[in-house]
Amino acid sequence: MHPLLFWFFALLMLVFGAAVIVNRNPVASALSLVVTFLALAVLFMSLDAYFIGIIQVLVYAGAIMVLFLFIIMLLDLRAEELRKINRIASAGGIPVALALMVQIVLIIDGFQSAKQPFPPLVKSTSDDVHHIGLLLFGSYTLPFQTIGTVILVATVGVVMLSARKTQ
Amino acid sequence: MITLGHYLIVSGILFTIGFAGVMLRRNIIVILMALELMLNAANLSLVAFSRFHVDSSGAPNYNAQVFVFFIITVAAAEVAVGLAIVVALFRIRQTTHVEDINTLKF
Repeated sequence: MHPLLFWFFALLMLVFGAAVIVNRNPVASALSLVVTFLALAVLFMSLDAYFIGIIQVLVYAGAIMVLFLFIIMLLDLRAEELRKINRIASAGGIPVALALMVQIVLIIDGFQSAKQPFPPLVKSTSDDVHHIGLLLFGSYTLPFQTIGTVILVATVGVVMLSARKTQ
Repeated sequence: MITLGHYLIVSGILFTIGFAGVMLRRNIIVILMALELMLNAANLSLVAFSRFHVDSSGAPNYNAQVFVFFIITVAAAEVAVGLAIVVALFRIRQTTHVEDINTLKF
């Protein structure tokens, strides 16, 4: 991937990621989140993870964002009227977040093997869905079944939570 | 040239944005969105490491991509349950502000 494309999509992702938490209107936040997820899917594909990129678009930009937008519309949230910004939370949160970012950048900068280029891939005859599927139904059968159970439990839980009590 | 370090730094900054969102925002739906940003930052670094560890046959390490697949699945379930709790809360309290929900606050 051309370096300019990497910088373009990385910046796009970070700018719209920041827009998610800066916007006062929840609908604008949700739409910025869609752009963030799409740019992230492009970065996944630039790392030759095409299957992950596609399920990122389908699951995140498709299903999860529809869920968010549906709930925002359902609850009829307006842009919050300018409430007083919680000064204690900002005074604590901004320095802690900045310290975390400086720490992460310093540690990765001192990580020597991360400065090598990505090793070249050998052109494979089978695509990555094939390999991921083999792993998923081979070595990761038990986690796969567990995830299925988790989704079932979540579905039942959501129905229980949102059912109106009639009595 | 783009190296592993660039992807890791971008992922770290995205994680920080999500963290700042959880710390600073008071709207519970925006807090859930910031949680999604943090999960996605972890996914980006996992996929970057998967591409970096090329095995002897010249294929990336697919174990990390399976892990990302699991994370995306769990995140979808988490969002569904979280938003159902928000709706249930909104029905009784008519608010999505975390500062208005302080019954258990000491």
